[in-house]
Amino acid sequence: MAENGHITGTFRVKSGMAQMLKGGVIMDVVNAEQAKIAEEAGAVAVMALERVPADIRAQGGVARMSDPEKILEIQEAVTIPVMAKVRIGHFVEAQILEALEVDYVDESEVLTPADERNHINKWDFKVPFVCGATNLGEALRRIGEGAAMIRSKGEAGTGNVVEAVRHMREIVGGIRRLAALGPEELMAEAKALQAPYELVRWVAENGRLPVVLFTAGGIATPADAALMMQLGADGVFVGSGIFKSEDPARRAAAIVKATTHYKDARLLAEVSRGLGAAMVGREMGELSEGERLAARGW
Amino acid sequence: MAGRRNGHGERPRIGVLALQGDFREHIQILERLGAEPVEVRRPEDLQGLDGVIIPGGESTAIGNLMVHSGMLDAIRSFFYQGGAVWGTCAGMVLAASATTGPSQPLLGIMSALVERNGFGRQVHSFEADLEVKGFDRPFRGVFIRAPYFEDVGPGVEVLAEIDGRVVAARAGKVLVTAFHPELTDDTRFHEYFLREVCGSDERS
Repeated sequence: MAENGHITGTFRVKSGMAQMLKGGVIMDVVNAEQAKIAEEAGAVAVMALERVPADIRAQGGVARMSDPEKILEIQEAVTIPVMAKVRIGHFVEAQILEALEVDYVDESEVLTPADERNHINKWDFKVPFVCGATNLGEALRRIGEGAAMIRSKGEAGTGNVVEAVRHMREIVGGIRRLAALGPEELMAEAKALQAPYELVRWVAENGRLPVVLFTAGGIATPADAALMMQLGADGVFVGSGIFKSEDPARRAAAIVKATTHYKDARLLAEVSRGLGAAMVGREMGELSEGERLAARGW
Repeated sequence: MAGRRNGHGERPRIGVLALQGDFREHIQILERLGAEPVEVRRPEDLQGLDGVIIPGGESTAIGNLMVHSGMLDAIRSFFYQGGAVWGTCAGMVLAASATTGPSQPLLGIMSALVERNGFGRQVHSFEADLEVKGFDRPFRGVFIRAPYFEDVGPGVEVLAEIDGRVVAARAGKVLVTAFHPELTDDTRFHEYFLREVCGSDERS
């Protein structure tokens, strides 16, 4: 697509945007005031929501795209990129977010899926998409559909990092296994992963995903963020973990520093001191099957 | 390229500010060109470097992290002691002396007024072929929520413009590009930085 000699919406421009977010923290916010706190704390982007995942869990009901009024309020408040979520498969919500000129669309399992079979064909859009994944095959299916950034699903709104760790290890471990295979083994592996062969081959040759890999779903402390970075994440999404804690501004700044200096244990100790109470977390065993958001999408 | 040497007869040691953004892409290109890249996170990492690259990223986030880690003052001193600096995108914002938008930490090492996100939000991010002063064929510019210079001071040489807006410039030992050469396979800007900017004795 070209506007006065500018070629917009190329995959390089869409995935390149995610490259610029690497090493950074993307924070869920529900209003302009929270967005400003996030920006001042050093967030690289904000996710504009009506309710954070912990409240979506608590309140139940169908969770949908945010009211555009809310998104516009947040876009007005900050100069950093603003992202917003659409339901899995709800391409009209995505068309609306593109018209609002949000900087990134998250096709998210945190909202109630609109299509249980198909995700959005993300090649149709100029706005880039980030999608959740629990393993390498799922990540490559989303990239095959045009996702320009991948994040682990984790288990959003629990304040429990265990699922994010599981998903990150699945994805990173899957990449490592592929890189060790011979060319003749890749078609069988593509079949096992249920992933496009060309992408499987690309990952085997390059030893990484062709897009940026963030982590999400249950990160609540600076140590959680640094753990996910050491496990191979390029950056961190923090949802309920910040604004459901006792001192959001301080915790937000601490998570940013922990993400930047994730290998520096002395600094991690320093930024973790006296942050006040973290959000109250949930044990995975307490969640019923229907409460597991990571099972949404495939 | 592998034979390139700095004034001390060694491979040029180039720091890449590694607080946030696409610093690894710069490092990979520097390695390919035979330079010695160094990840820079603390002021002491600047010792013995010939130049520093400030990568693309979020300029407010990088600016805040630079203040907290002491890197803002450290890179400014590095520059005034004769070190070369190249800022891409966010790095171009940080190099400027003033911004049209809300105040934010700046290095102020190039006399220029910068418009952040000057081409609009992400859906307007684009690629375009640029005529660059001194290059014999166009350079593919990848512009991502890119800035431009609305105005430049005396002594700033404009290297490229698009739609009449300044998107690449140099003043002595400082180079800026609004676009991302590190996201392409074209290494001419990195070569230019190593050869012309790091290698020059000129002071701004």
